Amino acid sequence: MTATQDLIESLAADAKPVRRLRPPLARATVWLAAFVAVVGAVTLVTGAWPAMIPRLESAPFAVEMAATFVTGLTAVIAAFYLSLPDRSRFWIFLPLPSLLLWLASSGYGCYRNWIVYGPQGWRLGRSSDCFVFFITMSIPVAIALYLALRRALPLDPLRVMAVGGLGVAALAAATLQFYHPFDVTIVDLAVHVVAVLLVVAAMMAGSRMPSRRPRRR
Amino acid sequence: MTAMNRSFPIAGLAETVSVIAEPGEARAEEQDHAWARLMRLAQDGDHAAYRRLLTEITPYLRGLAARQHRDRRDVEDTVQDILLTVHSIRHTYDPERPFKPWLVAIGRRRIIDRIRVYSRTRLRETELLAEHETFSADETNTYQAQSDRRLLREAMESLPEGQREAIRLLKMEEKSLKEASAATGMSITALKVSTHRAMKNLRKILDRRSEDA
Repeated sequence: MTATQDLIESLAADAKPVRRLRPPLARATVWLAAFVAVVGAVTLVTGAWPAMIPRLESAPFAVEMAATFVTGLTAVIAAFYLSLPDRSRFWIFLPLPSLLLWLASSGYGCYRNWIVYGPQGWRLGRSSDCFVFFITMSIPVAIALYLALRRALPLDPLRVMAVGGLGVAALAAATLQFYHPFDVTIVDLAVHVVAVLLVVAAMMAGSRMPSRRPRRR
Repeated sequence: MTAMNRSFPIAGLAETVSVIAEPGEARAEEQDHAWARLMRLAQDGDHAAYRRLLTEITPYLRGLAARQHRDRRDVEDTVQDILLTVHSIRHTYDPERPFKPWLVAIGRRRIIDRIRVYSRTRLRETELLAEHETFSADETNTYQAQSDRRLLREAMESLPEGQREAIRLLKMEEKSLKEASAATGMSITALKVSTHRAMKNLRKILDRRSEDA
């Protein structure tokens, strides 16, 4: 008997029932619904909504907020699709339009700030607080997404976790807006970019962890 | 064999082939359905269905791998990699979807992985060519090399017994610490210490000699 036949025999002997993964969109929806429920509850309890509603009346802010949130949603959905072997790799482009809009709108906010405050806009201000908030919030969210995505044992974990990391960072950035009642300066923007990259890098580093066997039923 | 012979020697065979090709497509679809059904059973823990599925997909995977690898061993190793991956992610297959694209995606990935490993190994290794070979006869070795060897032998002889043994076993005969320890009865730590001291002494002796020279 050849080694390949031997392998087939041992794999067949090990064929315990497995729990099939539900369709990626369903899994992404459940995950995002849980995220929105938790963040919605926290923002309500901490009284962040009354200050947020009037700010949303400003069109540039509303656009930035929507672009950030949609980037988070689409990146998470894309990551769930990309984690499966037979889904198109083009899912990676799903968050791209909103990501570009997010970058453009925060860049615009930054530019306006520069016009209004001039070089004063270079102040570090409360960036460090934001950074701490951003990272602290990203950790549990990233872990939750990481565990959900890893159930598929993706063939290309680096790509999946990079897109997932973008999703986590965008969702954290959208949440941060509730507790970030001032315009972004160029320094804030740089801090945000660094924080986003950190989250993406951490998720990608996580993808290097040894993989687990599929869950038994 | 001429080109004419290789194409369809009998008039009308081309038509026959195209007629066969259509049922071939239908057969491929049928096969996909069959494999999808077997995989669904396998996901539910049916050992026999799973064995049959793996046995049936193996020649297909071999064909897939053979397109990229020339070495038969590479092909077989790749097929085994693919089977292992299929096994560990069989829960990601959705029985509502066709089976082959799922299988081929896994297959392609593993084939590429093996090509990467192969090209990485090629980068590190150099093929042994005729010009790399030398002769054991003295005339091919330079006078300098001989005198170096003599110097080293003399330096070795001036080392204390334990250090000389450690160097001989570990450096000259390239034994492992464990083997050297078994051969001498010295502990691994003692061997390490002896080697370290011996290297230091040798360096000192050889430095002194080269200064004298």
